[in-house]
Amino acid sequence: MSTVSVRDVSVAFEAVQVFDGLSLDIDEGEFIVLLGPSGCGKSTLLNAIAGLLDVAEGQIWINGKNVTWDEPKDRGIAMVFQSYALYPRMSVRENMSFGLKMAKTPKPEIEKRVAKAAELLQIVPLLDRRPDQLSGGQRQRVAIGRALVRDAAVFLFDEPLSNLDAKLRNELRVEIKRLHARLGKTTMVYVTHDQIEAMTLADRIVVMKEQKIQQIGTPDEIYHRPANLFVAGFVGSPQMNFIKGRIENTGEGLSFLAGDRRLSLAEYPFATAPVPGQEVVLGIRPEHLEISGSGSWPGFKVDIVEPMGADTVIWCSDGVGSVQVRTTGSRRASRGESLTLHVAPTEISLFAADTGDRL
Amino acid sequence: MNAAEPQGRRPHRLTVGRIGVYAFLATSALFFLLPLWIMVMTSLKPMEEIRLGNILALPAAMTFEAWTKAWSSACTGLECNGISVGFWNSVRILIPSVILSIIAGAVNGYALSFWRVKGANVMFGILLLGAFIPYQVFLYPLVRIFSLTGVYNSLLCIVVVHVIFGLPTMTLLFRNYYAGLPLELFKAARIDGGGFWSIFFRVILPMSTPIIVVAAILQVTGIWNDFIFGLTFAGRQNLPMTVQLNNIVNSTQGERAYNVDMAATMLAALVPLVVYFVSGRWFVRGIAAGAVKG
Repeated sequence: MSTVSVRDVSVAFEAVQVFDGLSLDIDEGEFIVLLGPSGCGKSTLLNAIAGLLDVAEGQIWINGKNVTWDEPKDRGIAMVFQSYALYPRMSVRENMSFGLKMAKTPKPEIEKRVAKAAELLQIVPLLDRRPDQLSGGQRQRVAIGRALVRDAAVFLFDEPLSNLDAKLRNELRVEIKRLHARLGKTTMVYVTHDQIEAMTLADRIVVMKEQKIQQIGTPDEIYHRPANLFVAGFVGSPQMNFIKGRIENTGEGLSFLAGDRRLSLAEYPFATAPVPGQEVVLGIRPEHLEISGSGSWPGFKVDIVEPMGADTVIWCSDGVGSVQVRTTGSRRASRGESLTLHVAPTEISLFAADTGDRL
Repeated sequence: MNAAEPQGRRPHRLTVGRIGVYAFLATSALFFLLPLWIMVMTSLKPMEEIRLGNILALPAAMTFEAWTKAWSSACTGLECNGISVGFWNSVRILIPSVILSIIAGAVNGYALSFWRVKGANVMFGILLLGAFIPYQVFLYPLVRIFSLTGVYNSLLCIVVVHVIFGLPTMTLLFRNYYAGLPLELFKAARIDGGGFWSIFFRVILPMSTPIIVVAAILQVTGIWNDFIFGLTFAGRQNLPMTVQLNNIVNSTQGERAYNVDMAATMLAALVPLVVYFVSGRWFVRGIAAGAVKG
């Protein structure tokens, strides 16, 4: 059974239609990440689930109950915000107990829950401080704690780590994942534009663009079998290489042709039957391009080398287009050096040039 | 080592431009201080000295007689109880007016910036438009309305007038301040189950100290300095200090008592003066607070 179910939801700002019949089902205990560039509607969707935004059409169900017209507090949700949104005039303890106080929870129960959450997040020594006496990381911990005491079935995160520096972001990311594992059956919906966060945290990723869901899938599916050109280009850093060409029926079956380069597609698992002569875009991740003497694609010249420690990214071009190759960290190359590349036919993605959809 | 080599703190040089700036500032300060000087000096002199006409000179025989007379026995028309009557009238008008108008403005601003009230922008526009219509236009209609409802010429009447006319500025002030607070704070409070009033009193109001101080300064000085509303709506029993001052200065029998007039004026100006001196730091902070995130 799904805990959160968004059914045919439309949201309108004034006269502008933001969503048009968007649907999404989230299972109990699932960690869902809404991923997309800014303005893609992921935060709007989260706000609609939270009840902070009225929907124009459709229904929202949480825990088997239609909450479309319910107030945020009655939806069984807790939310963590990018700017932490701690009440500045209250101590950490008061911040965490505010929601329970509003719900008229008995005092001993409030104290018990606050103590438990503080323990879990290791913020016990901070309980009597005020938010302005905390660092960014501590503030976000408190904000998570405030959500935790609500004992909600669904946690909503709106870019919770975007205001933190890189090191803290990594730490808290791991901590959120650990928290999810420890809470067991708690559903989490997490909005971010950071693909690393999406890949590392999610059970399933929902990639969005221009108010539309592009693909829903596990991080593996999103990364290795992107549903269209947008998803392929948005996820992955360095970006997936795209090579324009067409499909031809040669003697030994279907092949991809770009200029005088060719690649046999005998092993490619087509989702839709290709038409010979069709214009396509071949996508290949930088780590799936191999530098080898016996490769099938010779004639690349090194343009720029980016050593990144664990691996090295080499930009090379063949005069027509340029590709990025990710190789081992110890590999060095000098500008102008000739390279021969090997493409593994099982690792490629093919997209229709006109629609951008995966073939 | 080469002396011309720039190193460390840049030396300050007195340039012609800088001298000009100082000269201008000093002259401006003198210009604005001159009336105050004349008033204080005159109020401390006996009439014989004033008749000599040296208005800038220090008093030869300093006396506070004019001040005590202005406070307790100067004549405002037929009564001769000094300006103290007006002082206490002003205080009685001021306190409820300031408190009520700030509360009204804060609630208005809060509702306008956080709750998406239907037609909020139109309402706010109309409210602001009201602020641009000259007060004189309102006088006669308001007098008619108040006399119809039977509250004309009372303390209640003048307080209501001050609250109404304070609304546009107070609403604007609070709305702009609240617009600078992060909206996520309000969303968090909604999720925590706060309603309209509980969010206002527990979350928003505790963060409003700087803007409340600014609002109080504006309202205290504005209402204290009011003349025309006090004259029109307060009634004879509640005439504020400004009106009493006018009566003292205008009701002359025989010789004009300049020293008493000056002392009475100083007494009337005392409250706004104290407010500015005490709150100067807060005033700047309040104005800057709009630009600082919580």
